[in-house]
Amino acid sequence: MSAQFEPITGRYLNMTLLGRPHRLYIEEAGRGIPLLCLHTAGSDGRQYRGLLNDSRITDNYRVIVFDMPWHGKSSPPEGYQNEEYRLTSRDYVQMILEIADALELDKPVVMGCSIGGRIVLYLAHQHAKRFRAIIGLETAAHVAPYYDVNWLHRGDVHGGEVSAGVVSGLVAPTAPDKERWETLWHYLMSGPGVFKGDLYFYKVDGDIRDKIDQIDGRSTPLYLLTGEYDYSCTSEGTLDVAERTGAEATIMKGLGHFPMSEDPPKFISYLLPVLEKIRGASS
Amino acid sequence: MIERIPDLVNADENLVRRGRHLSTTFMLGVGDQGYLVKIIEGRIVSITPGPFVTPNYSFALRAPKDEWEMFWEKIPKPGHNDIFALFKRGKLTIEGDLHPFMANLLYIKDVLAAPRKEANR
Repeated sequence: MSAQFEPITGRYLNMTLLGRPHRLYIEEAGRGIPLLCLHTAGSDGRQYRGLLNDSRITDNYRVIVFDMPWHGKSSPPEGYQNEEYRLTSRDYVQMILEIADALELDKPVVMGCSIGGRIVLYLAHQHAKRFRAIIGLETAAHVAPYYDVNWLHRGDVHGGEVSAGVVSGLVAPTAPDKERWETLWHYLMSGPGVFKGDLYFYKVDGDIRDKIDQIDGRSTPLYLLTGEYDYSCTSEGTLDVAERTGAEATIMKGLGHFPMSEDPPKFISYLLPVLEKIRGASS
Repeated sequence: MIERIPDLVNADENLVRRGRHLSTTFMLGVGDQGYLVKIIEGRIVSITPGPFVTPNYSFALRAPKDEWEMFWEKIPKPGHNDIFALFKRGKLTIEGDLHPFMANLLYIKDVLAAPRKEANR
């Protein structure tokens, strides 16, 4: 195998985020309509490696992926050792808007998965006009807890191993082993308490059921793509959001909770028609 | 199915290595039938079917027989592919001392899924 660079640029951005200095890691590839991608809880931007490497997408879209603070190669803020990380809907929305502003993105498309698929509903509710279109992957308005998240961060259980163990079944059984274990690796190496802190948003603070009916999924087009094997954000949960918002929803066969990472080619076959529609509406 | 679990697990050296720090006995409930699964350092040393007089185990996982049968299909259908999927649908109970279960979750999940390796469909 000859050595070859991928067409991805990774850089660190120093900026004030939520009132504190932060050092964020951001990857991007391609040119055209900005497509800002949000990773899942306890993982990082590597989940979007398939999109960043696919010229069918990057010929027309500038794909931008940031690691949230505490995740991947983004650092936690100074003083992290003296606080407990807990993601809230308010901070998460603000983070996305501030990063989009810092990058001077003009009417980007925003696409998020899982917690990212939830927060895009907040964006659709509060800030729809700032976006060209909104794509939710594995979107549901609420997920009831189905295990005690305290297991994710304690001294006598390996946090990475238990996090990977918790999410492993959310990968479709048909996913290629290579991509399944790459997806799990991001969990295996996540920082202590980070997955748990993200789940505070996912399972407690980020319950948006009472606002779903106020979202207009047509004026800023809202697209929802959910894997049939996802038992966290279920197909029923997605279809309910679609019905109440006017969003266009597709249930993806042979995919689970991490579609862009567990089987990139299969996911991209579902994503391309959506991106074509958005591009058609923009031209 | 269940009686094949020891051979299938013990023949998989990577799986045994993943469970090398686990020695425990847990209860596997398949409908009304219970099985005590004894693990020593990642190897399954015995699976003992009930009835039991005073069963001694760390944690218990119980689901109806038809749920386990669907769980053990080669490529399970959505909602049947993982123990948490069963749990979320209210078909599986998890109880007892969960520390060995959670601390070795990837290992335990693969032990439970071992019969898929020999499933015909």
